[in-house]
Amino acid sequence: MIDNIFGVAGTALHAQLTRMNLTASNLANQNTTAPTEDGAFKAKRSVFKALMQQSDTHAGAQYVGGVRVANIVDLQNPNPRVYEPGSPNADKDGYVYMSNVNEVTEMVEMMAAARAYQNNVEVVNTAKALMMKTLEVTKA
Amino acid sequence: MGLFDNALGIHERALAVRNRRVEMLSQNIANADTPNYKARDLDFKKLIAGVEGVTMRTTQDKHIQTASLGNDTDGTLFRTPFNSATDGNTVEMAVEQAQFGKATADYQATLMFLENRISGIRKALRGD
Repeated sequence: MIDNIFGVAGTALHAQLTRMNLTASNLANQNTTAPTEDGAFKAKRSVFKALMQQSDTHAGAQYVGGVRVANIVDLQNPNPRVYEPGSPNADKDGYVYMSNVNEVTEMVEMMAAARAYQNNVEVVNTAKALMMKTLEVTKA
Repeated sequence: MGLFDNALGIHERALAVRNRRVEMLSQNIANADTPNYKARDLDFKKLIAGVEGVTMRTTQDKHIQTASLGNDTDGTLFRTPFNSATDGNTVEMAVEQAQFGKATADYQATLMFLENRISGIRKALRGD
């Protein structure tokens, strides 16, 4: 039973870590350029889904009540078009398309992910402490 | 058997309920960022009443004996959020953290009752 608490918190840790990874990837690709808008980097966001019943679970996330990353979507805000004739990525008019990553939003996203991660670490620690205390009942 | 069946009283079952509550709150915390997830909680009073079991009273011997009705509810309720979120998620982290702290304290309280019972039984068996 208490095993499920660890499992649930574990799925959340995994999901939040994926979210943090996406933020890192977004920030890393912030200054990439491309000659077309379609080819330019789009900021990525994860969409979570709750594992509400047994059929939602799979080998990687098998705990009912946990969470998993349902899919990863591209942000749809437009990629800024910047005049940079010297760039090898410039189109025939001398423009390049930047990524649509906003570093302020990414920082907020990163902090939110970190806080959520910490919450779940705290759940694991508390569950572990309770488990240890329960084991000590036999010594009473 | 028999002698120790009720030795631990309600606390044995209460511990299981406390454990379920901690589990449910951990599910809420895990799904704090899941769109459309509705935070849930356990109604301890309802659950413990369910554990005790309720049966229909029969006034004639021809009446059909019913099984216990007590466990028809699992005591799960949805939480009412203070503020609604646009993504349909009703987990409010501050509330969940507070409840989680309380649930942990409740668990430890039940654990302490159990410990006292056990040490009492042990003392009685030793007889000194």
